[in-house]
Amino acid sequence: MKKYAPFLLLFILIIFPLVIQNSYYQHLMILVLMWVVIGSGWNMIAGYTGQVSFGDAAFFGTGAYTAGLIASKLGLSAWWGMAFGGFTAMAVAFPFGWICFRLRGAYFALASLALNEICRHIATIWEDLTEGMVGILIMPSFLSKIPYYYIALALAVMSVLMVQIVMNSKWGYYFLSIREDQDAAESLGINTHHYKMISLNIAAFLTGMAGSLFMNYMGFIDPEVVFSLHDISIMAILVGIVGGVGTIYGPVVGAFVMVAVHEFFRTGFFGFFKGLAALTGSEHLTVAAKYIGQAHVLGFGILVVVVILVLPNGIVGDWGKIIRKVIPMKTKGVTT
Amino acid sequence: MEVFLQTLVAGILKGGLYSLIGMGMSLIMGVMKIINLAHGQLMMVAMYITFACFHFLGLDPYLGLFIAMPALFLLGCLIQKYTLNPLMEVETILPENQVLMTVGIGMVLTEIARFIFTSDYKSVQTSYSGATFFIGETSFSVALVIAFFIAVLFTLIMFWFLLKTDIGRSIRATAQDKDAALLMGVNAKRITIITFGLGSALVAAAGTLLMPIYYLFPDIGGPFTRKAFVITILGGLGSTVGAIFGGVTLGLAEAFGATYIGMAFDDMIGLIIFILVLLFLPGGFKRLTKI
Repeated sequence: MKKYAPFLLLFILIIFPLVIQNSYYQHLMILVLMWVVIGSGWNMIAGYTGQVSFGDAAFFGTGAYTAGLIASKLGLSAWWGMAFGGFTAMAVAFPFGWICFRLRGAYFALASLALNEICRHIATIWEDLTEGMVGILIMPSFLSKIPYYYIALALAVMSVLMVQIVMNSKWGYYFLSIREDQDAAESLGINTHHYKMISLNIAAFLTGMAGSLFMNYMGFIDPEVVFSLHDISIMAILVGIVGGVGTIYGPVVGAFVMVAVHEFFRTGFFGFFKGLAALTGSEHLTVAAKYIGQAHVLGFGILVVVVILVLPNGIVGDWGKIIRKVIPMKTKGVTT
Repeated sequence: MEVFLQTLVAGILKGGLYSLIGMGMSLIMGVMKIINLAHGQLMMVAMYITFACFHFLGLDPYLGLFIAMPALFLLGCLIQKYTLNPLMEVETILPENQVLMTVGIGMVLTEIARFIFTSDYKSVQTSYSGATFFIGETSFSVALVIAFFIAVLFTLIMFWFLLKTDIGRSIRATAQDKDAALLMGVNAKRITIITFGLGSALVAAAGTLLMPIYYLFPDIGGPFTRKAFVITILGGLGSTVGAIFGGVTLGLAEAFGATYIGMAFDDMIGLIIFILVLLFLPGGFKRLTKI
């Protein structure tokens, strides 16, 4: 059963837009698939190689701006961005990694945070190229969401497969050894700098592709959207740690959960409070509904704190623990 | 020449405050070996406390120091005790969980501030906020000069505390070698709690001193966290003396950058310095001075 679960999931995902015609749910699913791609990238560098990155938005934004600029400056189709977005993100990742992989652990995390900020400042200040805060607007190529859905699905499947193939290869073992003990890996003759660079570039490539997809799908970007620390970089980390750090399907689960939580807060518990307020006519509840709608960042913050304390290895990583907590009877039967 | 002198003065005065921010971060860094990414957000909380004291009680911002610092000390102790220390026992793949935790705490603090005080810009207007005096052709902002001297005073007290008192010695011992300190009978857990409290109190002092000349909004924490981090990298990891040099250097660099390059690049300069230090002087000033 476990062996066929991925195929079953893929089958469900393929028939999803044919069964559910509601474009709101299709939109959410496209976002979920996009986050699977970004989460897989983050998982590659942070989960498997142990170099926690706070700067995924830098790669995401670079990919998005590549697509946007190809459309607005060169007059080509923004879909060319899908071909180049990943590579421009790698062009950002390469010098960054070359300089900043001298740093370890938390310092690397901070350096990636700085990269995020540098990219956002450049995109804001360099108005001749990027239009600054005005942003870039392109016309979407399809009216229906279904083509976007299948492109996102293909990208997500590709990224999950890519992570799986890499992690089963020699590189994967090198990455894991760097995560477990960098000095030991170095002393065994692994060029840690080199393999960290490979890992970072794979992550940047995936994230950049997701960025190009975002540009094509959303049709509008500005520096505050695509280089956002909270909405992109922290969200990528959350997708990674909620789902399960260092697991192949962790980002898939994490993306589902996080997009759901994001919507949950944004819509005020799916309009629950608004409905309640309208039902009872209470003014306090209307105010509360308004506040809850604005509180998604607070919700994220609390979620980070709770997840790290309670589920440090994420839903997939701690699955056994969750099952044992929920069904204590079953484990008793197994152990005795 | 006048412009140059003026920029120099502004940079050094600002640098004094930056050192105070950097010192708190270095202390926490030295003892716990983690980077506190909620540092700027703690400063933001202190600034709001000062603002609230001024707004509702009519308390002078400098008197607000006596409320903001103990409050932040307490907040820092609670954060360390109930969120960061339990993480040491948790088994996990990622060693940076504590750093992620501070990010989460920073987000929570910012959003709570936004709930209570909304996103509007606030400022504290006092009689000396805009006051200046002149030495030769160079003008000095009264509030900045006072802030600078109080910052120097706190720095001196801090050094006295670290070098001469029992708790200070325990803090330094824990920073040097945690296991050895534990064997010598230092309660390392208690020391981490006190250190986080002290770091928060120092950054609270910096925030309160900035209040009369600066404006305030909930997102102000992020830029200051980044500044604190640039200062720590500049000064050398976990070095308190380095943090002072780092703070003054960043202050000067920002002032000269703003004067000769452009105000828009204010934030970029710190990041550019950060990359230059990594390239040419990994290890920061600590490596030059050997302190």
